[in-house]
Amino acid sequence: MGHLTYEESKSKAYKVITILGLITIGEVLFALLGKGYLVEGIHFPELLIAGMMILMSIVKAYLIVYEFMHMKYEVPGMVKSVLLPLGLLVWAIIAFIMEGNYWKNSRSGIQDKNQAEIETVVKPRVQSTQTKQLDHKQTGH
Amino acid sequence: MADTMTHHTDHGTDHHDHGGDEKLWDGGKQPFKASYGKLMMWYFLLSDAFTFAGFLIAYGTLRMSMPTWPIPDFVFSAFPWFTGTLHHKPLLFVTLMTFVLLFSSFTMVRAVQEGHRENKQGVVFWMVLTIIGGIGFLSCQAWEWTTLIKAEHVSVTKNPFSAHTEHGRYLAGDGHEIKAGDTFQPGDSYLIHKHDGEWGNLPYEVLDADGKNMMDDSGNKLVKNQAFGPKAFGALFFFITGFHGFHVLSGVIFLIIICINSATGLYVKRRNGYEMVEKIGLYWHFVDLVWVFVFLVFYLI
Repeated sequence: MGHLTYEESKSKAYKVITILGLITIGEVLFALLGKGYLVEGIHFPELLIAGMMILMSIVKAYLIVYEFMHMKYEVPGMVKSVLLPLGLLVWAIIAFIMEGNYWKNSRSGIQDKNQAEIETVVKPRVQSTQTKQLDHKQTGH
Repeated sequence: MADTMTHHTDHGTDHHDHGGDEKLWDGGKQPFKASYGKLMMWYFLLSDAFTFAGFLIAYGTLRMSMPTWPIPDFVFSAFPWFTGTLHHKPLLFVTLMTFVLLFSSFTMVRAVQEGHRENKQGVVFWMVLTIIGGIGFLSCQAWEWTTLIKAEHVSVTKNPFSAHTEHGRYLAGDGHEIKAGDTFQPGDSYLIHKHDGEWGNLPYEVLDADGKNMMDDSGNKLVKNQAFGPKAFGALFFFITGFHGFHVLSGVIFLIIICINSATGLYVKRRNGYEMVEKIGLYWHFVDLVWVFVFLVFYLI
Protein backbone atom coordinates (compact mmCIF):
# COMPACT_ATOMS: atom_id res chain seq x y z
CA MET A 1 0.00 0.00 0.00
CA GLY A 2 1.42 3.28 0.23
CA HIS A 3 2.03 6.79 -0.58
CA LEU A 4 3.49 6.17 -4.00
CA THR A 5 1.56 6.50 -7.22
CA TYR A 6 1.31 3.56 -9.60
CA GLU A 7 4.03 4.93 -11.87
CA GLU A 8 6.34 5.64 -8.95
CA SER A 9 5.98 2.20 -7.44
CA LYS A 10 6.44 0.58 -10.84
CA SER A 11 9.74 2.33 -11.48
CA LYS A 12 10.75 1.55 -7.91
CA ALA A 13 10.13 -2.18 -8.52
CA TYR A 14 12.36 -2.10 -11.60
CA LYS A 15 15.04 -0.29 -9.63
CA VAL A 16 14.94 -2.72 -6.71
CA ILE A 17 15.09 -5.85 -8.87
CA THR A 18 18.08 -4.39 -10.72
CA ILE A 19 19.88 -3.74 -7.44
CA LEU A 20 19.03 -7.25 -6.18
CA GLY A 21 20.37 -8.79 -9.38
CA LEU A 22 23.57 -6.74 -9.21
CA ILE A 23 24.16 -7.70 -5.56
CA THR A 24 23.69 -11.38 -6.44
CA ILE A 25 26.23 -11.13 -9.26
CA GLY A 26 28.52 -9.25 -6.88
CA GLU A 27 28.18 -12.00 -4.28
CA VAL A 28 29.04 -14.77 -6.71
CA LEU A 29 31.97 -12.88 -8.24
CA PHE A 30 33.35 -12.00 -4.82
CA ALA A 31 33.04 -15.60 -3.63
CA LEU A 32 34.79 -16.92 -6.76
CA LEU A 33 37.50 -14.26 -6.61
CA GLY A 34 38.09 -14.75 -2.89
CA LYS A 35 38.41 -18.52 -3.25
CA GLY A 36 40.90 -18.17 -6.08
CA TYR A 37 38.83 -19.29 -9.08
CA LEU A 38 39.03 -16.10 -11.13
CA VAL A 39 42.57 -14.82 -10.76
CA GLU A 40 45.40 -17.25 -10.20
CA GLY A 41 47.07 -16.81 -6.83
CA ILE A 42 44.54 -14.50 -5.20
CA HIS A 43 42.93 -15.72 -1.99
CA PHE A 44 40.99 -13.69 0.55
CA PRO A 45 40.81 -14.71 4.21
CA GLU A 46 37.79 -16.92 4.89
CA LEU A 47 36.45 -14.51 7.48
CA LEU A 48 36.44 -11.66 4.96
CA ILE A 49 34.56 -13.75 2.39
CA ALA A 50 32.01 -14.95 4.94
CA GLY A 51 31.56 -11.43 6.33
CA MET A 52 31.02 -9.89 2.90
CA MET A 53 28.55 -12.65 1.93
CA ILE A 54 26.54 -12.17 5.11
CA LEU A 55 26.55 -8.40 4.67
CA MET A 56 25.32 -8.59 1.07
CA SER A 57 22.66 -11.16 1.98
CA ILE A 58 21.36 -8.86 4.71
CA VAL A 59 21.12 -5.98 2.20
CA LYS A 60 19.16 -8.29 -0.11
CA ALA A 61 16.89 -9.35 2.75
CA TYR A 62 16.30 -5.69 3.62
CA LEU A 63 15.33 -4.84 0.03
CA ILE A 64 12.99 -7.83 -0.26
CA VAL A 65 11.25 -7.19 3.07
CA TYR A 66 11.11 -3.40 2.93
CA GLU A 67 10.37 -2.85 -0.75
CA PHE A 68 8.88 -6.04 -2.19
CA MET A 69 6.92 -6.93 0.95
CA HIS A 70 6.07 -3.26 1.60
CA MET A 71 7.34 -3.28 5.17
CA LYS A 72 8.56 0.27 4.61
CA TYR A 73 4.98 1.49 4.29
CA GLU A 74 3.49 -0.27 7.32
CA VAL A 75 2.91 1.41 10.68
CA PRO A 76 5.91 1.29 13.07
CA GLY A 77 4.15 -0.92 15.62
CA MET A 78 3.62 -3.65 13.08
CA VAL A 79 7.18 -3.44 11.79
CA LYS A 80 8.45 -3.87 15.34
CA SER A 81 6.10 -6.74 16.15
CA VAL A 82 7.48 -8.69 13.19
CA LEU A 83 11.14 -7.71 13.21
CA LEU A 84 12.04 -7.44 16.90
CA PRO A 85 11.43 -11.15 17.69
CA LEU A 86 13.98 -11.98 14.99
CA GLY A 87 16.59 -10.30 17.18
CA LEU A 88 16.52 -13.44 19.33
CA LEU A 89 18.20 -15.25 16.48
CA VAL A 90 21.37 -13.19 16.88
CA TRP A 91 22.23 -14.92 20.12
CA ALA A 92 21.00 -18.29 18.87
CA ILE A 93 23.43 -18.11 15.95
CA ILE A 94 26.40 -17.01 18.07
CA ALA A 95 25.70 -19.58 20.81
CA PHE A 96 25.24 -22.53 18.47
CA ILE A 97 28.27 -21.73 16.34
CA MET A 98 30.36 -21.55 19.51
CA GLU A 99 28.87 -24.84 20.65
CA GLY A 100 29.74 -26.49 17.33
CA ASN A 101 33.30 -25.27 17.66
CA TYR A 102 33.45 -26.69 21.18
CA TRP A 103 32.31 -30.11 19.91
CA LYS A 104 35.06 -30.07 17.31
CA ASN A 105 37.70 -29.30 19.92
CA SER A 106 36.38 -31.98 22.27
CA ARG A 107 36.35 -34.53 19.46
CA SER A 108 39.90 -33.85 18.41
CA GLY A 109 40.91 -33.93 22.07
CA ILE A 110 39.37 -37.39 22.45
CA GLN A 111 41.01 -38.56 19.24
CA ASP A 112 44.42 -37.41 20.41
CA LYS A 113 43.97 -39.26 23.70
CA ASN A 114 42.87 -42.46 21.97
CA GLN A 115 45.85 -42.24 19.66
CA ALA A 116 48.20 -41.81 22.59
CA GLU A 117 46.75 -44.84 24.36
CA ILE A 118 46.99 -47.06 21.28
CA GLU A 119 50.61 -46.09 20.86
CA THR A 120 51.54 -47.05 24.39
CA VAL A 121 49.45 -50.19 24.80
CA VAL A 122 49.26 -52.01 21.47
CA LYS A 123 52.19 -50.62 19.59
CA PRO A 124 53.14 -53.70 17.53
CA ARG A 125 49.61 -54.22 16.16
CA VAL A 126 48.87 -50.73 15.01
CA GLN A 127 49.00 -51.62 11.33
CA SER A 128 45.77 -53.13 10.11
CA THR A 129 45.67 -56.11 7.79
CA GLN A 130 44.04 -54.05 5.08
CA THR A 131 46.80 -51.49 4.87
CA LYS A 132 49.36 -54.30 4.85
CA GLN A 133 47.76 -55.80 1.80
CA LEU A 134 47.67 -52.48 0.03
CA ASP A 135 51.32 -51.92 0.86
CA HIS A 136 52.14 -55.29 -0.51
CA LYS A 137 50.38 -54.53 -3.77
CA GLN A 138 52.22 -51.27 -4.06
CA THR A 139 55.68 -52.78 -3.62
CA GLY A 140 54.82 -55.70 -5.89
CA HIS A 141 54.28 -53.41 -8.88
CA MET B 1 -9.03 3.21 -4.03
CA ALA B 2 -12.72 2.90 -4.67
CA ASP B 3 -15.39 2.91 -2.00
CA THR B 4 -15.45 -0.31 -0.10
CA MET B 5 -18.38 0.21 2.21
CA THR B 6 -20.72 -2.25 0.57
CA HIS B 7 -18.34 -5.10 0.10
CA HIS B 8 -17.45 -6.17 3.57
CA THR B 9 -20.67 -7.81 4.48
CA ASP B 10 -20.39 -10.67 2.03
CA HIS B 11 -16.80 -11.60 2.86
CA GLY B 12 -16.22 -12.21 6.50
CA THR B 13 -12.47 -12.38 6.38
CA ASP B 14 -11.55 -10.19 3.47
CA HIS B 15 -11.56 -6.74 4.90
CA HIS B 16 -10.09 -3.83 3.16
CA ASP B 17 -7.34 -2.07 4.94
CA HIS B 18 -8.41 1.48 4.27
CA GLY B 19 -11.43 1.20 6.49
CA GLY B 20 -13.07 4.28 7.86
CA ASP B 21 -15.70 4.04 10.57
CA GLU B 22 -17.11 0.67 9.64
CA LYS B 23 -16.75 -2.17 12.04
CA LEU B 24 -13.92 -4.21 10.58
CA TRP B 25 -12.65 -6.35 13.38
CA ASP B 26 -14.77 -7.04 16.43
CA GLY B 27 -13.03 -4.25 18.27
CA GLY B 28 -14.16 -1.91 15.52
CA LYS B 29 -10.63 -0.81 14.72
CA GLN B 30 -7.85 -2.44 12.74
CA PRO B 31 -4.69 -3.05 14.72
CA PHE B 32 -1.65 -1.69 12.87
CA LYS B 33 -3.92 -0.43 10.07
CA ALA B 34 -3.59 -3.78 8.34
CA SER B 35 -6.28 -6.28 7.47
CA TYR B 36 -6.65 -9.45 9.50
CA GLY B 37 -5.45 -11.64 6.65
CA LYS B 38 -2.33 -9.64 5.93
CA LEU B 39 -1.39 -9.35 9.57
CA MET B 40 -1.79 -13.07 10.14
CA MET B 41 0.24 -13.81 7.01
CA TRP B 42 3.03 -11.71 8.51
CA TYR B 43 2.93 -13.63 11.80
CA PHE B 44 2.84 -16.95 9.99
CA LEU B 45 5.91 -15.87 8.05
CA LEU B 46 7.58 -14.81 11.29
CA SER B 47 7.08 -18.30 12.75
CA ASP B 48 8.24 -19.86 9.50
CA ALA B 49 11.35 -17.71 9.63
CA PHE B 50 12.16 -19.25 13.01
CA THR B 51 11.69 -22.74 11.59
CA PHE B 52 14.10 -22.08 8.74
CA ALA B 53 16.51 -20.30 11.09
CA GLY B 54 16.48 -23.41 13.28
CA PHE B 55 17.39 -25.61 10.32
CA LEU B 56 20.13 -23.34 9.05
CA ILE B 57 21.61 -22.90 12.52
CA ALA B 58 21.64 -26.71 12.89
CA TYR B 59 23.55 -26.88 9.61
CA GLY B 60 26.05 -24.27 10.80
CA THR B 61 26.55 -25.99 14.15
CA LEU B 62 27.16 -29.43 12.66
CA ARG B 63 29.45 -27.99 10.02
CA MET B 64 31.48 -26.22 12.70
CA SER B 65 31.68 -29.40 14.77
CA MET B 66 33.41 -31.41 12.01
CA PRO B 67 37.12 -31.27 11.24
CA THR B 68 36.26 -31.35 7.53
CA TRP B 69 33.23 -30.63 5.38
CA PRO B 70 32.35 -30.99 1.68
CA ILE B 71 33.28 -27.86 -0.27
CA PRO B 72 30.18 -26.45 -1.98
CA ASP B 73 32.10 -25.19 -5.03
CA PHE B 74 33.07 -28.80 -5.71
CA VAL B 75 29.80 -30.47 -4.74
CA PHE B 76 27.43 -28.15 -6.59
CA SER B 77 29.28 -27.71 -9.83
CA ALA B 78 27.17 -29.71 -12.26
CA PHE B 79 25.48 -27.92 -15.15
CA PRO B 80 22.86 -29.46 -17.45
CA TRP B 81 23.71 -27.66 -20.68
CA PHE B 82 26.98 -26.96 -22.53
CA THR B 83 28.55 -29.72 -20.47
CA GLY B 84 31.81 -29.39 -22.39
CA THR B 85 32.50 -25.84 -21.29
CA LEU B 86 30.29 -25.19 -18.27
CA HIS B 87 30.34 -28.49 -16.37
CA HIS B 88 32.20 -28.36 -13.05
CA LYS B 89 32.26 -24.60 -12.88
CA PRO B 90 31.43 -23.59 -9.31
CA LEU B 91 28.17 -21.80 -8.44
CA LEU B 92 26.94 -21.44 -12.01
CA PHE B 93 23.76 -23.49 -11.84
CA VAL B 94 22.70 -22.30 -8.41
CA THR B 95 23.18 -18.68 -9.49
CA LEU B 96 20.81 -19.37 -12.35
CA MET B 97 18.29 -20.80 -9.86
CA THR B 98 18.65 -17.70 -7.70
CA PHE B 99 17.92 -15.46 -10.66
CA VAL B 100 14.85 -17.46 -11.63
CA LEU B 101 13.43 -17.04 -8.13
CA LEU B 102 14.42 -13.36 -7.88
CA PHE B 103 12.75 -12.65 -11.19
CA SER B 104 9.55 -14.40 -10.15
CA SER B 105 9.58 -12.25 -7.01
CA PHE B 106 9.72 -9.18 -9.24
CA THR B 107 6.81 -10.33 -11.41
CA MET B 108 4.85 -10.91 -8.20
CA VAL B 109 5.45 -7.28 -7.19
CA ARG B 110 4.10 -6.20 -10.56
CA ALA B 111 1.00 -8.37 -10.11
CA VAL B 112 0.29 -6.75 -6.73
CA GLN B 113 0.75 -3.28 -8.23
CA GLU B 114 -1.68 -4.04 -11.05
CA GLY B 115 -4.08 -5.31 -8.40
CA HIS B 116 -3.98 -2.01 -6.56
CA ARG B 117 -5.34 -0.29 -9.61
CA GLU B 118 -7.91 -3.03 -10.25
CA ASN B 119 -6.39 -4.07 -13.55
CA LYS B 120 -7.49 -7.68 -13.94
CA GLN B 121 -5.54 -8.43 -17.09
CA GLY B 122 -2.34 -7.05 -15.59
CA VAL B 123 -2.76 -9.16 -12.46
CA VAL B 124 -3.29 -12.36 -14.42
CA PHE B 125 -0.42 -11.65 -16.84
CA TRP B 126 2.16 -11.05 -14.11
CA MET B 127 0.88 -13.91 -11.98
CA VAL B 128 1.25 -16.33 -14.87
CA LEU B 129 4.87 -15.20 -15.25
CA THR B 130 5.36 -15.73 -11.50
CA ILE B 131 3.97 -19.26 -11.74
CA ILE B 132 6.30 -20.02 -14.65
CA GLY B 133 9.21 -18.76 -12.55
CA GLY B 134 8.18 -20.96 -9.63
CA ILE B 135 7.87 -24.04 -11.81
CA GLY B 136 11.22 -23.20 -13.42
CA PHE B 137 12.88 -23.04 -10.02
CA LEU B 138 11.35 -26.37 -8.97
CA SER B 139 12.56 -27.98 -12.20
CA CYS B 140 16.09 -26.73 -11.55
CA GLN B 141 15.95 -28.15 -8.06
CA ALA B 142 14.65 -31.48 -9.34
CA TRP B 143 17.60 -31.66 -11.74
CA GLU B 144 20.07 -30.74 -8.99
CA TRP B 145 18.69 -33.43 -6.69
CA THR B 146 18.69 -36.02 -9.44
CA THR B 147 22.34 -35.34 -10.20
CA LEU B 148 23.30 -35.61 -6.54
CA ILE B 149 21.34 -38.82 -5.99
CA LYS B 150 21.81 -40.66 -9.29
CA ALA B 151 25.24 -39.56 -10.46
CA GLU B 152 27.02 -38.79 -7.21
CA HIS B 153 25.13 -41.14 -4.85
CA VAL B 154 24.57 -38.74 -1.98
CA SER B 155 21.80 -39.93 0.33
CA VAL B 156 20.46 -38.92 3.72
CA THR B 157 22.69 -41.52 5.35
CA LYS B 158 25.75 -41.60 3.09
CA ASN B 159 27.91 -38.74 1.89
CA PRO B 160 30.73 -39.52 -0.54
CA PHE B 161 31.84 -35.86 -0.74
CA SER B 162 34.42 -34.33 1.55
CA ALA B 163 37.68 -32.43 1.76
CA HIS B 164 41.09 -33.83 2.75
CA THR B 165 42.60 -33.08 6.12
CA GLU B 166 46.17 -34.18 5.31
CA HIS B 167 48.70 -34.29 2.49
CA GLY B 168 48.77 -37.45 0.41
CA ARG B 169 49.20 -39.24 -2.90
CA TYR B 170 46.57 -41.43 -4.52
CA LEU B 171 47.50 -45.07 -5.12
CA ALA B 172 44.64 -45.72 -7.51
CA GLY B 173 42.71 -43.58 -9.95
CA ASP B 174 38.99 -42.99 -9.95
CA GLY B 175 36.42 -40.80 -11.64
CA HIS B 176 36.19 -37.04 -11.18
CA GLU B 177 39.70 -36.60 -12.61
CA ILE B 178 41.59 -38.53 -9.95
CA LYS B 179 44.65 -40.39 -11.27
CA ALA B 180 47.05 -42.70 -9.47
CA GLY B 181 50.04 -40.68 -8.36
CA ASP B 182 48.14 -37.40 -7.98
CA THR B 183 48.97 -35.57 -4.80
CA PHE B 184 46.57 -33.53 -2.71
CA GLN B 185 46.66 -31.03 0.12
CA PRO B 186 44.45 -30.43 3.15
CA GLY B 187 41.33 -28.65 1.92
CA ASP B 188 41.28 -30.31 -1.50
CA SER B 189 37.98 -31.96 -2.39
CA TYR B 190 37.30 -35.56 -3.22
CA LEU B 191 34.33 -37.71 -4.20
CA ILE B 192 34.12 -41.45 -3.63
CA HIS B 193 32.51 -43.15 -6.61
CA LYS B 194 30.27 -46.13 -6.99
CA HIS B 195 31.19 -48.72 -9.63
CA ASP B 196 28.51 -51.23 -10.65
CA GLY B 197 26.67 -50.60 -7.40
CA GLU B 198 29.77 -51.06 -5.24
CA TRP B 199 31.57 -48.24 -3.50
CA GLY B 200 35.03 -47.73 -4.93
CA ASN B 201 38.13 -47.53 -2.77
CA LEU B 202 40.38 -44.51 -2.69
CA PRO B 203 43.64 -45.69 -1.12
CA TYR B 204 46.36 -43.11 -0.61
CA GLU B 205 49.80 -42.72 0.92
CA VAL B 206 50.00 -40.12 3.63
CA LEU B 207 52.65 -37.46 2.96
CA ASP B 208 54.10 -34.78 5.18
CA ALA B 209 54.04 -31.12 4.23
CA ASP B 210 57.28 -31.48 2.25
CA GLY B 211 55.86 -34.30 0.13
CA LYS B 212 57.80 -37.11 1.83
CA ASN B 213 56.07 -40.36 2.75
CA MET B 214 54.97 -40.72 6.34
CA MET B 215 56.02 -44.03 7.90
CA ASP B 216 54.13 -46.17 10.35
CA ASP B 217 55.77 -47.81 13.37
CA SER B 218 57.09 -50.82 11.50
CA GLY B 219 58.82 -48.62 8.94
CA ASN B 220 56.35 -49.15 6.09
CA LYS B 221 54.75 -46.37 4.11
CA LEU B 222 51.62 -45.17 5.88
CA VAL B 223 48.63 -46.01 3.68
CA LYS B 224 45.01 -45.14 4.35
CA ASN B 225 41.71 -45.65 2.63
CA GLN B 226 39.75 -42.47 2.05
CA ALA B 227 36.81 -42.26 4.47
CA PHE B 228 33.34 -41.01 3.58
CA GLY B 229 32.48 -37.40 4.33
CA PRO B 230 30.39 -36.20 7.29
CA LYS B 231 27.14 -38.12 7.30
CA ALA B 232 25.05 -35.12 8.30
CA PHE B 233 25.74 -33.30 5.04
CA GLY B 234 23.30 -35.27 2.87
CA ALA B 235 20.51 -35.26 5.43
CA LEU B 236 20.85 -31.52 6.03
CA PHE B 237 21.02 -30.68 2.35
CA PHE B 238 18.02 -32.74 1.30
CA PHE B 239 15.96 -31.77 4.30
CA ILE B 240 16.57 -28.02 4.18
CA THR B 241 16.43 -27.51 0.42
CA GLY B 242 13.54 -29.98 0.35
CA PHE B 243 11.63 -27.99 2.94
CA HIS B 244 12.27 -24.83 0.96
CA GLY B 245 11.24 -26.59 -2.25
CA PHE B 246 8.06 -27.72 -0.53
CA HIS B 247 7.34 -24.07 0.27
CA VAL B 248 7.89 -23.18 -3.39
CA LEU B 249 5.61 -26.02 -4.47
CA SER B 250 2.76 -25.00 -2.16
CA GLY B 251 3.35 -21.40 -3.23
CA VAL B 252 2.95 -22.39 -6.87
CA ILE B 253 -0.29 -24.25 -6.07
CA PHE B 254 -1.75 -21.24 -4.24
CA LEU B 255 -0.55 -18.91 -7.01
CA ILE B 256 -2.40 -21.04 -9.56
CA ILE B 257 -5.60 -21.02 -7.48
CA ILE B 258 -5.44 -17.26 -6.92
CA CYS B 259 -4.55 -16.64 -10.56
CA ILE B 260 -7.64 -18.58 -11.65
CA ASN B 261 -9.76 -16.68 -9.14
CA SER B 262 -8.40 -13.40 -10.52
CA ALA B 263 -9.10 -14.46 -14.08
CA THR B 264 -12.69 -15.44 -13.30
CA GLY B 265 -13.31 -12.04 -11.78
CA LEU B 266 -13.87 -13.11 -8.17
CA TYR B 267 -11.65 -10.33 -6.85
CA VAL B 268 -13.27 -7.77 -9.15
CA LYS B 269 -16.48 -8.35 -7.18
CA ARG B 270 -14.68 -7.87 -3.89
CA ARG B 271 -13.06 -4.67 -5.14
CA ASN B 272 -10.51 -4.68 -2.34
CA GLY B 273 -7.45 -4.09 -4.48
CA TYR B 274 -6.87 -7.82 -5.03
CA GLU B 275 -5.88 -8.29 -1.41
CA MET B 276 -5.60 -12.05 -1.91
CA VAL B 277 -2.90 -11.41 -4.51
CA GLU B 278 -1.13 -9.22 -1.99
CA LYS B 279 -1.23 -11.97 0.64
CA ILE B 280 0.15 -14.69 -1.62
CA GLY B 281 2.68 -12.07 -2.71
CA LEU B 282 3.92 -11.74 0.87
CA TYR B 283 4.32 -15.51 1.04
CA TRP B 284 6.10 -15.66 -2.31
CA HIS B 285 8.61 -12.96 -1.36
CA PHE B 286 9.26 -14.81 1.86
CA VAL B 287 10.12 -17.95 -0.08
CA ASP B 288 12.59 -15.84 -2.07
CA LEU B 289 13.93 -14.36 1.16
CA VAL B 290 14.56 -17.81 2.61
CA TRP B 291 16.39 -18.76 -0.57
CA VAL B 292 18.72 -15.77 -0.08
CA PHE B 293 19.85 -17.39 3.16
CA VAL B 294 19.88 -20.97 1.89
CA PHE B 295 22.04 -19.70 -0.98
CA LEU B 296 24.32 -17.96 1.52
CA VAL B 297 24.69 -20.83 3.95
CA PHE B 298 24.86 -23.80 1.56
CA TYR B 299 26.57 -22.40 -1.51
CA LEU B 300 28.45 -19.16 -0.81
CA ILE B 301 30.19 -19.75 2.50
